[in-house]
Amino acid sequence: MEDPGSELAIIERLRAGDEAAFSDLVRRHHKAMVHFAESFVRSRAIAEEVAQDAWLGVIKGIDRFEGRSSLSTWIFRIVANIARTRGEREQRTVTTMTVAAEAADTTPSVPPARFAGRAGRGVWSEPPAPWSELPDERLLAQSTFDRVADIAAGLSENQRRVFILRDMEEMTSAEVCGLLELSEVNQRVLLHRARSRVRAGLEDGMGSVTP
Amino acid sequence: MTPLRRWRRPQIVCQQWVEMATDYLEGALPPRLQQAADRHLADCPHCREYLEQMRLTITAANRLGDEDVPDDVVEALTRAFADYRRQGGT
Repeated sequence: MEDPGSELAIIERLRAGDEAAFSDLVRRHHKAMVHFAESFVRSRAIAEEVAQDAWLGVIKGIDRFEGRSSLSTWIFRIVANIARTRGEREQRTVTTMTVAAEAADTTPSVPPARFAGRAGRGVWSEPPAPWSELPDERLLAQSTFDRVADIAAGLSENQRRVFILRDMEEMTSAEVCGLLELSEVNQRVLLHRARSRVRAGLEDGMGSVTP
Repeated sequence: MTPLRRWRRPQIVCQQWVEMATDYLEGALPPRLQQAADRHLADCPHCREYLEQMRLTITAANRLGDEDVPDDVVEALTRAFADYRRQGGT
């Protein structure tokens, strides 16, 4: 018997007009779709519009969805197509760095000054302060999530897209490589830069208040 | 040369380890480096903390994606879905 939460079952329910299944899908993906769209366009308001337009595309396209990719990859591809068109209209894409340039970025994940010893082979001289000593409510507070969103907004576009799809939307690396047309290696480099920067940004915030 | 140095196993130090953190979490390191990374982690509480912070960063991003979508957005989109299906879709 088929698992009612499986992707195939969800698609069947959508095709049968099951409103609860559609609402669940919106709740599951909408936030990440807006964040993803925001990496292509100029404002949150436009990103919200892109996400809504993408949902209309999902509504109209679900009967033709052939299942060659996962449902979420298909949805995010629709978001990317609509967002790119909007971005081009705003001439936003002109400023986009190439993936190669972003992947070649060799900025260290942690400033070299925090290590002592041979260059590039240093040992922590200023190690990370343990977050485990922070009360849980600090770490998992709304303000932490807001800061993650702010820091992610400051990443380069491809880093941000990979971070959103992998860590916010929980896609697999294969799905993200397919969707963004990245090699496995470049996808990992972009993800590493993104996670390292978000961690560093969170650390800056955490350190400023004594537990 | 000390006798120990003759027996070469890759040695990873902290500054190298932080640049491997994602490959480590992705299981993308070649076996020899994976073992060296494990050995380094076993010896280095600071890099263990760093790894934990990378994991918490991922958790925080995850939760950000799970944030509530405003009810009016869900309702408006679900209405659009219902209307379209009612018209016969295709």
